Amino acid sequence: MAVIAHDPSRPTQTHAEVPRDVVRTITEAPTRGYYILVAVMALLTAVLIGTVVAELRFGLGLAGYAPPIMWSVYITTFVFWVGIGHAGTLISAILFLFRSPWRTAVYRSTEAMTVFAVMTAALFPILHIGREWLFYWLIPYPNQRYLWPNFKSPLMWDVFAISTYLTVSSTFLMVGLVPDIAAVRDHVSGWKKKLYSALSLGWTGADSQWRHYTRAYLYLAALATPLVLSVHSVVSWDFAVSIVPGWHGTIFAPYFVAGAIYSGIGMVLTLMIPLRKVLRLEHMITDYHFDNLSKLTLLTGTILFYAYAMEYFVAWYSGNTFEQTTFWRRAFGPNWWAGWTMIICNAFVSQLLWFRKIRTNLTALFVISIFINIGMWFERYVIIASSLSNDYLPYAWGQLNPTWADWGILAGSFGWFGMYFLLFARTFPIVASQEIKELIPMPRQRKAHGGAH
Amino acid sequence: MAAARAVPGVLGQFVHIDGACDAIRELKQGGHADLTVYSAAPNPEREEAIGDPISPVRWFTLTGGLLGCASGFALALWMSRDWPLLVGGKSIATIPPYVVIGFELTILTASLLSVLAVILLSARKSLKGRPYHPKFSDDRIGIFIPCGADRADQVQALLERHGSVEVSRES
Repeated sequence: MAVIAHDPSRPTQTHAEVPRDVVRTITEAPTRGYYILVAVMALLTAVLIGTVVAELRFGLGLAGYAPPIMWSVYITTFVFWVGIGHAGTLISAILFLFRSPWRTAVYRSTEAMTVFAVMTAALFPILHIGREWLFYWLIPYPNQRYLWPNFKSPLMWDVFAISTYLTVSSTFLMVGLVPDIAAVRDHVSGWKKKLYSALSLGWTGADSQWRHYTRAYLYLAALATPLVLSVHSVVSWDFAVSIVPGWHGTIFAPYFVAGAIYSGIGMVLTLMIPLRKVLRLEHMITDYHFDNLSKLTLLTGTILFYAYAMEYFVAWYSGNTFEQTTFWRRAFGPNWWAGWTMIICNAFVSQLLWFRKIRTNLTALFVISIFINIGMWFERYVIIASSLSNDYLPYAWGQLNPTWADWGILAGSFGWFGMYFLLFARTFPIVASQEIKELIPMPRQRKAHGGAH
Repeated sequence: MAAARAVPGVLGQFVHIDGACDAIRELKQGGHADLTVYSAAPNPEREEAIGDPISPVRWFTLTGGLLGCASGFALALWMSRDWPLLVGGKSIATIPPYVVIGFELTILTASLLSVLAVILLSARKSLKGRPYHPKFSDDRIGIFIPCGADRADQVQALLERHGSVEVSRES
């Protein structure tokens, strides 16, 4: 295990070495591990496509929809993937505004993760509506029936929030990529040079370009910051605006945002730990970065711990029988196993990160990140399945019974997401070389004065 | 497509930031306003030496935000009235639920106009025909000074005096 250096935020390479190290991830043949990962993801994507085709042919009845639970595994997985998409913008935009130097080595991969996670999430509401080919009815467009969407519905807010988030996070990713693509263009030849020349949009690093670029990047970060906080708040209002017991809570927005960031960082750890190995980036993404990611995980995990405790407290303190029954059944009802998986994986496992030895042990971190992913999927499962299974009318109570189609699409979504991410990592610079260069002092003829600029 | 006609001038390459900034300042004082300075990363010292005012991108961002906010509320209010849906005797068009639509469109259009601004504003100064070297995306700082053959010697001497490691002439 590498020792954390005295000033770990400062890269050890020179200005010339940084782009070469980054370009190497694109030009050199990857390790066998990369091909194995791609093969696994391709297989899972095939499972997704096969299940979707079967569902298009035979209908939504293949999935485990049965009254009273008409929001099932698809909506659970939708909320899970939207949540995963939150860490990317947190790390790329919010930490940019806070001038946190440690973000530079990891933010590009987390931004890409955000875009692909939101793309994956967007599949699920479309699958959930059953008649997938009519999804465009959600968009307000002039039509022959003179109908407009109901803007008072949280589901409509979701359409605007998710599509804005996907557009802005994709824009943020692409804008950040331009100078790095130009660096790749300058290091490759043949058809690759032509391709990267076209993608670099004529970037030369001229002062007139940097002048407008740096300002626009700052404003994009400033705009993305409230956006990231709003998106999962809007997703939480899909639940909180209703009167279903277990959903109708005022803490839902901050509770969901903290959970989203927690799950997103969990996924960052799951991706980055093997990726740095298969792309040979150990000297750029160090223990220092994982230590900081772990601290963020600990912070958000502790907020989540508090939110879980507060949910139970509010249910008890409200004196509302329906709320109390719902929360009693979460812990001791038919879905007790899901409720406890959520609490153990999210509230308790994250507390191991108080120990620095664990924060810098990548094997332990990887295992913890898997627990976080499992725990956060179950959090959404518990919120949706346990609340819908027992609402106000006991004669209408029922249980969620997921089918092979539910599990196939869930597993396939990981392949869909993973394929995009792995292909991106081999096609575009996965580490932002120009931002790393900003951390390396430029050589000087004269001795520098004591203070930094 | 035909290659752009080369702009005549002198291109100096630097490895030291202080030398490059000194050269930029002296060239500006000497009346060379139309410099092009290349670098692999933004640098506050270099920006200070060039002395350009703050980019007007912010006006595009502000305009985009205001337009998005107004159109978000207008969209939701107009569509509610165009197809009235009476629920529980409540108002047809209400502000609080439409804040979400207004907010999302504020962010969306402000972001898109900011990116459009970079494209439009960067295109205002054409870089066609100006020399570029791949080392500028590595570790070199490039300064290109458009000038005629009569001033090229003087410019080259200035660049070398400030530590330029490589000087070439474009004609």
